This record gives sequence, structure tokens and C-alpha cells, in this order.
Amino acid sequence: MNSVFYLSAAVAIVSTVLMLTRLNAVHALLYLILSLLSVAVIFYISGAPFAAGLELIIYAGAIMVLFIFVVMLLNLGDRATAQERSWLKPSMWVGPATLASILAVEVAYFLLHQPAQSLVPREIAPKVVGVALFGPYVIGVELASMLLTAALVGAFHLGSRHVEKSELRGLRQPANSETHDVDFAKPGIASRDDLVRVGNDRPAGAPRPDLHPHVD
Amino acid sequence: MGTIGLLVRRGLIFILMSIEVMLNAAGLAFVAAGAHWGQPDGQVMFIFILATAAAEVSIGLALVLRLHRQFKSLDVDAASEMRG
Repeated sequence: MNSVFYLSAAVAIVSTVLMLTRLNAVHALLYLILSLLSVAVIFYISGAPFAAGLELIIYAGAIMVLFIFVVMLLNLGDRATAQERSWLKPSMWVGPATLASILAVEVAYFLLHQPAQSLVPREIAPKVVGVALFGPYVIGVELASMLLTAALVGAFHLGSRHVEKSELRGLRQPANSETHDVDFAKPGIASRDDLVRVGNDRPAGAPRPDLHPHVD
Repeated sequence: MGTIGLLVRRGLIFILMSIEVMLNAAGLAFVAAGAHWGQPDGQVMFIFILATAAAEVSIGLALVLRLHRQFKSLDVDAASEMRG
């Protein structure tokens, strides 16, 4: 029982160190996922199955998929295929696979030989956690929901292209303001609002406003 | 360990991953303390940390995408030219 804990703790530490020393972001993410998995195993054997499940689903599932998605998104280019081929080299996934198989053997051992004496006096069931979460901590739940809503709105705002365009212009203007300034004399651009609002409520017959006036 | 990563690495993605490691360590400490005293409060705090981490990661990755579009690199030193 204790050896299982120490083994998974060692896997967590080793995979975190390997994560920090990787040069490639995808390999580092692989080791980070492994570290999260081993932390989930530690949660499970220390009597917190609900936290282990949440760790698996949210951290290793959702957040890491987000990370991988962004890393793959940023790597789009000519050498993307060559890079992906280098990611899938056998020497790259041998290390994570070994550590993950250690974890899998641990979980299998733990499930097959249900030990009589546990590491902790008693297991904290998900029901108790839920009662505590919606009893004395209900204010915290509301605050977390507001935080998540704010994060949703903020991520949407940061990700939209409209903000990028207007702020990019604002950032570059002071450097050489003549070349990058908006040419209001052009047809179709009546005011600065037209640049922002283009595509949304343009009349059908109206000429298409120049989206990149600084190019020519 | 996450702090070391935050100090050593200069890539934006690595900084975000180091923050994840730090938050995860805090959650592990909470759950271990809750298991030690047999109280569910540790797991409740872990759930809050999880929500915070999810919010932080979504905002952080949106910022990473913006920075990549703007500066064409993920180095944080490239972003130091921003005027506040």
C-alpha cells in the first residue's frame, strides 16, 4: 500500500522533471499529462476517489486537450508534417509509455488486491463532498460559476478578430503614424466605425470597404 | 518545481504549464490534508482550484493566441515592448 503511493509519487516527480526539461512543447505536454495521471492515482489511493475522477476528467481531459489544441494550432506551417513525424518517433513515446504502464500496473494491483488496511483511516465518499460543497461552501460555488463565466467572456473577447485588428492598429500607430493611418478619403470608408463594423451590417449594394488600408 | 519552471523557461506555453503544476501541487496538498483529517473540505477546495485553473488556462491560451498573431513568436521577451 505504501509502496504504491511512493511509486506513483516518484512517477509524478520524474515526469514533472522530464516535462520541465523537454524542448518540444508536445513532449512536455505528454509528460505533464503523465504527471497529472499519477497525481490522480495518488488521490485515489489516499481516499479521495471523487478528486481523482475530477483530476482525470478536467485536468487530463479538458485542460490538456486545450493545451494540445493550441500547440498544434500554433505550429501550422510548411514544416508541420516533418515536425509531426519527429513527434511520433519511437524514442519519444517510450518514456511516457513506460511511466504510464507503471501507473496502470499500480492501479490494477490496487483494484485486484483490495488492501485491508488503507493509507488513510477512511475514504471520503463523493456524497460527503457534495453535501459539503452545497452546504457551507455554496457561496464558493457561486463565485466559481461567476469566475468561469468571466473567463468564458474574456476568452471570447480575446479570441475575436475584431479586437485584434483595432488593437493592432493602435499598437503600431505611434511608430510611424503616416503609413499606417487609415485613409478616410477612400471610397467605402466613411469613418473608423466602418472598419470595425465591416461584414456585420453592410448594405447589400455597398462597396466592400478596404480592410487593410495600410498595405498599399 | 513549477516555480523553477516558471523562472527557467521563457516559452509562454511552458510558463502556463508550470502554473498548472503549481496549482496541481496546491490541490494535492489540500486533498492530502483533507484525507489526513478525514474531512471533505480538502476536496471542496480542490474543486475550487480546478475551476480557477480552468478559467486561468482558457484566458491564458487566448492570450497566447493573440500574442502569437501579433508578435509571431511565443517568447515572453518579445512582448516586453508593450506600452502600458
